Amino acid sequence: MGAKRPDRRNFLKGSAAVAGGLTLGAVEPVLGQTTTPSGGFIKGNEELVLYGERSQHVTSVRMAHPPAGRPSPDAYGKYFHIAAPLQDSVGTITPSSLHFVGTTRGAFIPDIDPQEHRLMIHGMVDRPLTFTMEDLKRLPSETRPHFIECAGNRSRPQYKTVQETHGMTSCAEWTGVPLSLLLKEAGIKDSAPWIVCEGEEEVKGASSIPMAKAMDDCLVAYGMNGEAVRPQNGFPLRLLVPGFEGIFNTKYLRRIKVVDRYYMTYNDYGHLNRRGDEAGAALGMLIGPKSVITFPSGGQQLPDRGFYEVSGLAWSGGGAISRVEVSTDGGRRWADAEIRGGAHPMSHARFSYQWTWDGQETELLSRSTDDTGQVQPTRAQIAEFFGERADDESFRVRGMDNSIQPWRIASDGSVHNAIT
Amino acid sequence: MRSLKLLAVFMFLGSTAVAQSPTYGVGSTPSAEQIRAWDISISPTGEELPPGRGTSQEGELVYRRQCASCHGVDGEGAGAPRLVKRDAEPNVDPWDYGRILPIRSPYATGVWDYINRGMPVNREGTLTADQVYALTAYLLYLNDVISEDEVLDAQNLPKIEMPNRDNFADLPDWKRGMQRLPDYPF
Repeated sequence: MGAKRPDRRNFLKGSAAVAGGLTLGAVEPVLGQTTTPSGGFIKGNEELVLYGERSQHVTSVRMAHPPAGRPSPDAYGKYFHIAAPLQDSVGTITPSSLHFVGTTRGAFIPDIDPQEHRLMIHGMVDRPLTFTMEDLKRLPSETRPHFIECAGNRSRPQYKTVQETHGMTSCAEWTGVPLSLLLKEAGIKDSAPWIVCEGEEEVKGASSIPMAKAMDDCLVAYGMNGEAVRPQNGFPLRLLVPGFEGIFNTKYLRRIKVVDRYYMTYNDYGHLNRRGDEAGAALGMLIGPKSVITFPSGGQQLPDRGFYEVSGLAWSGGGAISRVEVSTDGGRRWADAEIRGGAHPMSHARFSYQWTWDGQETELLSRSTDDTGQVQPTRAQIAEFFGERADDESFRVRGMDNSIQPWRIASDGSVHNAIT
Repeated sequence: MRSLKLLAVFMFLGSTAVAQSPTYGVGSTPSAEQIRAWDISISPTGEELPPGRGTSQEGELVYRRQCASCHGVDGEGAGAPRLVKRDAEPNVDPWDYGRILPIRSPYATGVWDYINRGMPVNREGTLTADQVYALTAYLLYLNDVISEDEVLDAQNLPKIEMPNRDNFADLPDWKRGMQRLPDYPF
């Protein structure tokens, strides 16, 4: 009770300030200001006091992925894949309610009581340990923005919008305990080269992660965008494996086993490549530098010629984005875009480019470079590297697809996917 | 210079000492029984396999009762993923049998592990060890990996030579800041 008194005092001070402001406004109304908003007022209710919601006029929503593929939810209430509405995104953070969702085989979301949840670390360690959520929150934490991207995030000619072509990536601010700290607490035996991480969902999905990565920058996250991780994204605990294919980022994390070899679990070998395709295997483990213009993007409509700020997202599994270039003439000339809001390792970065459309048909493209020097390729560049042809029907970008996305602006201002 | 070297030596000793003892002392020690109860990861060596045994004939009975309604009577033709390899030309690469759990898995222990951890849907964890051995035997028999009357147990399961055992591309050794693929600029 005592703790509430200062709050009340602040509240009263705050109200006085607001009241003062209103009084001023009433004395000197701004020219042309109407006193009633267009739709009237939103009446307060208990629910909205406790947990706010967005305007009824904001209708941006996720969609099942792939389009016309397996439904989410299905007849039993299971989720498969759900894509984020990147066409409406601003800034770098995906709101938790709009964050993409991926599952390994279609899954119910487990309803986990955090009081009951435990994380066990065992195997080749000096001291097996079990942590409650309370234990984990006592330990030193880190907060970092990271994207997670599904291996299936692959643009296809028949996809129309950026939600369809690129919506299986999202970026949140994650808070949690560095995995290296927990592994050091348990004391890893010198010869242990791998860990197997397992979730609490019905299938107990398990992924193998190399020890070098586990000790580098993985995060055992309980926080997402300033609140608890959402159930669809692994409540109460999710492992972040920055830059690695989505499936490694184990949700509902309950167990980490330190092991002497690569276990090649169901999650692992289902995504591995055939002997001889070592390039595909390597390119599937990490996502390369990637970017996409979100405005204007497929399905949107430019109302008129004139000025537009072209805007998009760039990210890489190799590090931070160091440069983004935009072409407004189909790739003949490129100019540097500005990176807004900073570029962090394995995080979405927002880029902007000022453009005046002359009303002629053209193509908009973006390409990113990361701080390891890798550059986002066109489909033609990838094909050429492997001695293939991008216009072959059988051509497929190996591993995680980080190819450049072209958007065609028609002379009527409509925007279309220009992948052929 | 000399003091810097000494400092480096102390820092090295310091970090070794940290690695050997817990820094925060938070968390509790699970008992051996708790670890056994939770540890459902099965290594390619099979070292975690529980005692038990099963044959394909026994597995077929379990399969009909608990699996066939989703996976089809003979491992195909129903809504859930098919469990029997696709027809392929004789002597082709077994990879071409498709991404089907009991034939793509590099280890028979992996088939056991997945049935045990993930099946049947909505009743995960209810199969006995014998039933999991039997179902593993049945699926491996359906896919021509073992004979109909072979008895599987913790000793011989890890020794089964799966058709795709050496058919997987190696992953690169991950290092911070590495190129995804040597000489690949993208």
